[in-house]
Amino acid sequence: MIILASIIHVVLALSLSPLLIGVINRVKAKFAGRRGRPLLQLYYDLWKLLHKGAVYSTTTTWVFRTGPLVGISAVLVAISLVPLGRVPALAAFDGDIILLAYVLGLMRFMTVLAALDTGSAFEGMGAGREVQFSLLAEPALLLGVGALSISTGDWSLSGIYGSLFSDGLAAVAPTAVMVAASLLIILLAENSRIPVDDPNTHLELTMIHEVMVLDHGGVDLAFIQYAAALKLWVFCALFVGVALPLQMHWPLVDLAFGMAGVFIVAMVIGVIESTMARLRLLRVPQMLVVSAVLAMIAVLWALR
Amino acid sequence: MLLAVVLIPAVAGLAVMAPFVKRLRLAVLLLAAVGHASAVAWICSRPLADNNADAWIALDAPGRLFLAITSILFLAAATYAIGYLRNEENRTTKDAEEGFLFRNEPMNIFIGCLLLFLATMSLVCISQHLGLLWVAVEATTLVSAPLISFHRHHRSLEATWKYLLICSVGIALALLGIFFIAAAGQGVVHGMNIHALTKAAGKMDPVWLKAAFILLIVGYGTKMGLAPMHNWLPDAHSESPSLVSALLSGALLNCAFLGLLRGQMVMSAAGLGEFSGGLLVLLGLLSMIVAAVFMIRQSDYKRLLAYSSVEHMGILAIGAGLGGLAATGAMLHAVNHSFTKGMLFLVAGNLLAAHRTKNIHEVRGVLTTLPITGCLWVGGFLAITGAPPFGMFISELTILKGALQGGHIVVGVVYLAALAVIFISMARLMPPMAFGIPAAQIKTKEPLWAVAPPLALGLVVLTMGLYVPESLWNALRAAAGAIGAN
Amino acid sequence: MSILTDLLMMLLVLTNLRMLASSRVAVCIQNVAIQAVVLGAITFSLSAHAAIAAGVIVVAISTVAVKGLVLPWLLRRAMKGAGIGREIEPFVGYASSVLIGAVLLGLCFVIARPLRDTSHAGASMLIPVAMFTILTGLFIIISRRKALTQVLGYLTMENGVCVFGVSLAVEEPLLVEMGILLDVLVGVFVMGIVIHQINREFDHIDTDRLSVLKD
Repeated sequence: MIILASIIHVVLALSLSPLLIGVINRVKAKFAGRRGRPLLQLYYDLWKLLHKGAVYSTTTTWVFRTGPLVGISAVLVAISLVPLGRVPALAAFDGDIILLAYVLGLMRFMTVLAALDTGSAFEGMGAGREVQFSLLAEPALLLGVGALSISTGDWSLSGIYGSLFSDGLAAVAPTAVMVAASLLIILLAENSRIPVDDPNTHLELTMIHEVMVLDHGGVDLAFIQYAAALKLWVFCALFVGVALPLQMHWPLVDLAFGMAGVFIVAMVIGVIESTMARLRLLRVPQMLVVSAVLAMIAVLWALR
Repeated sequence: MLLAVVLIPAVAGLAVMAPFVKRLRLAVLLLAAVGHASAVAWICSRPLADNNADAWIALDAPGRLFLAITSILFLAAATYAIGYLRNEENRTTKDAEEGFLFRNEPMNIFIGCLLLFLATMSLVCISQHLGLLWVAVEATTLVSAPLISFHRHHRSLEATWKYLLICSVGIALALLGIFFIAAAGQGVVHGMNIHALTKAAGKMDPVWLKAAFILLIVGYGTKMGLAPMHNWLPDAHSESPSLVSALLSGALLNCAFLGLLRGQMVMSAAGLGEFSGGLLVLLGLLSMIVAAVFMIRQSDYKRLLAYSSVEHMGILAIGAGLGGLAATGAMLHAVNHSFTKGMLFLVAGNLLAAHRTKNIHEVRGVLTTLPITGCLWVGGFLAITGAPPFGMFISELTILKGALQGGHIVVGVVYLAALAVIFISMARLMPPMAFGIPAAQIKTKEPLWAVAPPLALGLVVLTMGLYVPESLWNALRAAAGAIGAN
Repeated sequence: MSILTDLLMMLLVLTNLRMLASSRVAVCIQNVAIQAVVLGAITFSLSAHAAIAAGVIVVAISTVAVKGLVLPWLLRRAMKGAGIGREIEPFVGYASSVLIGAVLLGLCFVIARPLRDTSHAGASMLIPVAMFTILTGLFIIISRRKALTQVLGYLTMENGVCVFGVSLAVEEPLLVEMGILLDVLVGVFVMGIVIHQINREFDHIDTDRLSVLKD
């Protein structure tokens, strides 16, 4: 029964994650008073890109071509590691948070290498900024999940999320709130959303993530965009697990609530993007330090 | 009746703040000072009531002593103020050191705050409840801040800000100490009356009491001017008008000391007198050493007097920490120091008015231009450094005797060494001001109001050096006994 | 009521962090107001199981009124009078301040461990949080330049001392509590006046440039 729920989760993640991007864009459009793109726009884009060829610059090497491939494989591993709410992941074992963090890190690493491989100034600049922000976001992520694991005593993500609210809300409320806040900031940073990065900007000097994938085209670009949508799903699932304190005892009902939660988080991201302005680049490390400190406080609280 | 001691100056202070005719304000000031002094004299002439464990305000031995000191000093300062303020009416003055023009604070605020200052200090002396004591000490800080910035220029504002912030932070820490004492007494004693606390002190939790005393000594020690929390003192006491400096050094520091004494009372009743006494002696010695070091190359005579206040507060802390005979010496020292420092600051005010400079090296020949002031200055130098026949000699000797008798040889040696260094520094700086050839254009007028109060205080100090009446000794012993010898 | 107390404590910690992290003076003033409200709420949530005395209600409401409404109003007036909006160059940068704050919180948890047994049942976590608030206030006083921010640090310290008092179940008589509040109110009032005078005299309120008096 539980295995079935996990498999359904992976299938739904693979098929519905581009819809998340569509939801975010639709919310932003509604705030701006526009009709906005169709909800399924990313599917159409992926379809179009898969039928296109690619042009490779002569300065690039095999690194440039393998970047997107490694990226999408890494995030597929991540999808199978991450639980959704109380539904455990497909592959769960002790210490899988480390694998998750490093798999996401591998994806980022290959993207950065591919960007540097082009030899262009814009990509290098974007790569530098991206790495600086992940330098601060990764410890925050590990600390946050560490706080949760200290308070539940479990060492695998599925175990942690499964038993987080089993003792009732009161015991873990402060820790959960802190970790949720920290995870939200990390989510915005890792997925290149406002206030960290504007996905709609067309000025290369202001881009962080967009500029790293500027030279990819065709199938490569399709892989990159799909991988970005899957990465958003991974972080949303992590956030929903902490923020949604519902514990039903039927896996499929938990799954349904989790899915609803993920889409609500996408709408929340849309609202945040519409109501906030992008931060100056100096301030983003400060924000990430605050997120790390929130996670640290959650650890201290769990240790008391 | 006891509350009259607080109400008379408080009501007068508030009344003065209203827009009144100028002459009436000074008359109200003098009347309130005289009224307060007579009330205190009447109260002190009656025997002390038994220690009441429920009263909020009452007069016990240490409180009575400090209240009397405060009252007499304020009377002297108020007399001095009459003439001083008549000269300093709302006009633009040229600053002596830097030559810019500045205005003074409105007179009604100054006089009103002076009277409120007396009221809050009296409240500190008579309060028996530690919480009320705290409220009164914080109130003295707030009410004396406008007094320091009487001359509205950048130096006095800087001094006022330092004073206000550092003392407020210190006193907030003292509040935490008081909460710790309450926590220590949970279940054992109800309320924070000092006598109830001392009776139940043996049953209180020692860990909380020790933590409480550390916070109290940091908090009230900041207000008292103990090193290393003394940084605000030289600035505040040198930039304020002289009569305010006299009151701050002579009365306010004593009130902060009283707060510390209350803490020491609880600690020695709880059997932790060694711990608290040790801390007091340590900070006292540190204050003396710091004062000695900073006095060596001093070039501003009011700052010199301010550092001397730091030194004498250190001596008071040493005496209170050692207990027994030294504690009695500390009480006598409090009396002597207040009057001597008050006299010196008032004399310094005369010097400043005549010579228009605070620089020691630019003031010469005071004995020729202002004879009485010069005599008082030289006499004051002898008095403040502890030379006979003045009163400080007796009190400092008593503290030394107490230290050596109690076996604290190291304390005695450091104490003597610091006193020696201070004597040498002051001897290099203060007497040369009285001798020598004066600069030209010095005003040689010595109006009565400017000379009579310091002269009176000086005579008292001289008398105390030659003969201490038995009743005073009894009062001092009673005050020291309340602290408890450890 | 312990979940409410826990969340209030968390809120207190967050306001301290916000104080350390923000350069805007208006945000810091808002923080002090929020802390006052949290202080009042903690007073209620701790004594929820016992009957709430009338004195406690009066103290809590007057704390919220004075520290949450009157003082921020005074401080905002002082802020407009001095014409400052931000603390531009503190001695310790904002990201470092926040990190130091987290380290201080850890320190407080460690130090408060032996003190925790002697307090209220539901309030054992309040002691490290109160200590953290006091340390935050002290840190702000020493690491910021503007006089107004130093006053805010002093108020944070005062809030921390009061939270400590509440967590130790110290029952001061009504008169003393009112006296403490009155002192804080008059204190901030006097500090505001002095800041106004400093601004008029110097044209700035950077306390590190007030350094003429020295030996």
